[in-house]
Amino acid sequence: MHSFGYRANALVTFGVTILAVMCAMASISDNLNIPSPTAHVQVMNVNWFQKQPNGNDEVSLTMNVSADLQSMFTWNTKQVFVFLTAEYETPQNSLNQVSLWDAIIPSKERAKFWIHTTNKYRLTDQGSNLRGKEFNLTLHWHVMPKTGKMFADKIVMTGYQLPENYR
Amino acid sequence: MDWQGQKLAEQLMQILLVGFAVIAFGIGYTIGSFQMMLLIYAGGVLLTTLITVPNWPFFNRHPLKWLDPIEAERHPKPQPSVVTATSKKTKTSSKSHQK
Repeated sequence: MHSFGYRANALVTFGVTILAVMCAMASISDNLNIPSPTAHVQVMNVNWFQKQPNGNDEVSLTMNVSADLQSMFTWNTKQVFVFLTAEYETPQNSLNQVSLWDAIIPSKERAKFWIHTTNKYRLTDQGSNLRGKEFNLTLHWHVMPKTGKMFADKIVMTGYQLPENYR
Repeated sequence: MDWQGQKLAEQLMQILLVGFAVIAFGIGYTIGSFQMMLLIYAGGVLLTTLITVPNWPFFNRHPLKWLDPIEAERHPKPQPSVVTATSKKTKTSSKSHQK
């Protein structure tokens, strides 16, 4: 501590160390928040349902997605990434997950939303197993913090079924 | 900066930084603003830099008291430069005489 340079160096080093500790504590404080999100998806219409020339089934849906994710937001939350997947079982695969729609929620104010949308990404099966198929719609989310650990969880909504015939 | 001043500077630096960190985290968490925490802490670091890094007069209140150089005064160093100079002079003079 005998010179200007030594004092400046010691201060910066100690200051940055404390900053790291503060960020770690901010990340730990996220565990105190227990979120209670709700989500509801209604399949309004099957726009079309067809077999592609290569033999794979493809379906287009119109959905009402409503969710309240406000309880996920803490002081250390930068944004929340949500995506909706269709999940079903086929003889080939025990779990098929197809992403239908996604969004980035940048603030708590926009975390309670309602959207009427068709599937943003194609719902295509590996094969022709979709006729009459029962499937789950699952809302996944990743809570992205400003510092520290990222949290991920999901809500599974069951009881959806595709039509028996192509249209 | 004297020894006492260096100790004071280091202690001040550590106490101030930890203090500002605690205040910043407390306020940030209470009002739920991460940005406010960073701003308060940044201000604290700046203030601590101004207080502890420059060599302020209050870090120099305990100057070292060196003993007076008594012994050196009693036995002054012999000054060989004078002797050599005179010998050189005599040599050169003798040479010039020979010429």
